[in-house]
Amino acid sequence: MADCQETLNELNRYLDEELSADRVEEIIDHLKKCTDCQEAFEFHAVLRVTIRTKALRDEIPDDFIERLKGCFGNDIIDDAPEDTRAGDGGVITLERPDDENDESDDENP
Amino acid sequence: MTTANAFTADAMQFAPQLFSTALRMTRNRADAEDLVQETFVKAWRSFATFQEGTNLRAWLFRIMTNTFINKYNAQQRRPQETELDEVEELFLFRRLGAFDQSKITQSAEDQMLELFTDDEVKKAIEELPEMFRLPVLLSDVDGFSYKEIAEMLDVPIGTVMSRLHRGRKMMQKLLYVYAKERGLVDESLLAPQE
Repeated sequence: MADCQETLNELNRYLDEELSADRVEEIIDHLKKCTDCQEAFEFHAVLRVTIRTKALRDEIPDDFIERLKGCFGNDIIDDAPEDTRAGDGGVITLERPDDENDESDDENP
Repeated sequence: MTTANAFTADAMQFAPQLFSTALRMTRNRADAEDLVQETFVKAWRSFATFQEGTNLRAWLFRIMTNTFINKYNAQQRRPQETELDEVEELFLFRRLGAFDQSKITQSAEDQMLELFTDDEVKKAIEELPEMFRLPVLLSDVDGFSYKEIAEMLDVPIGTVMSRLHRGRKMMQKLLYVYAKERGLVDESLLAPQE
């Protein structure tokens, strides 16, 4: 059975879900009996959620989304259904002739 | 076979997360937009070699991380020793401690979420030296495994773990400084209990 020091040493690996099932069980056994360690684990678990939630909260401008969609559809066009081939509003915004050999087009238009 | 259309739709669903991560990496909106765009252009060019069953999210983040490192020469600069002051274990927990018992009706999560603003959390990440910022971002924010991060950064797993450990402690110290600056921490209350 793990003691406090051993348990706290595993705090990050536990929260990162990088421990073996056996080790997780040992940690949980200790936490059930030790309020101090339990509080430390809870604090860090909540801190993780806080960081993840807040660090991912950014506004993503609509015009940027549109530009991103334009990154796709440059050459592998054959798989796309008819309705997305249109230049405006569809996924594919860059027009190019159908009859070219695409192999080396990226660098030498 | 993943069609080009499905690929585009799948990739686009990760755009917000890639963009947030790019913002924290580059610390600049214009560069972040360029970085995500470049990532998608590269992803599209490699679409033909993309194997179904590959984790698309990890694949996109790997492309983006590589692009960032190559483009900005990231990870090159070793932080000054002063930036690497040893921070004690459980730094923030020892200071902010267990959650306020008087507000026990409020969940611990709400208390913490209220304590730091979005900008403070973002700033704390962005102030980390790159060699620590990247693993912290990829783990704490994007939730990748040590192994995935090791592959993205092309370093051994042990290096990922030690950088994460150090980066997280630095981040806790920064968050504490912000809380203090806003007067959220009453240091007189932090004296050892009698």
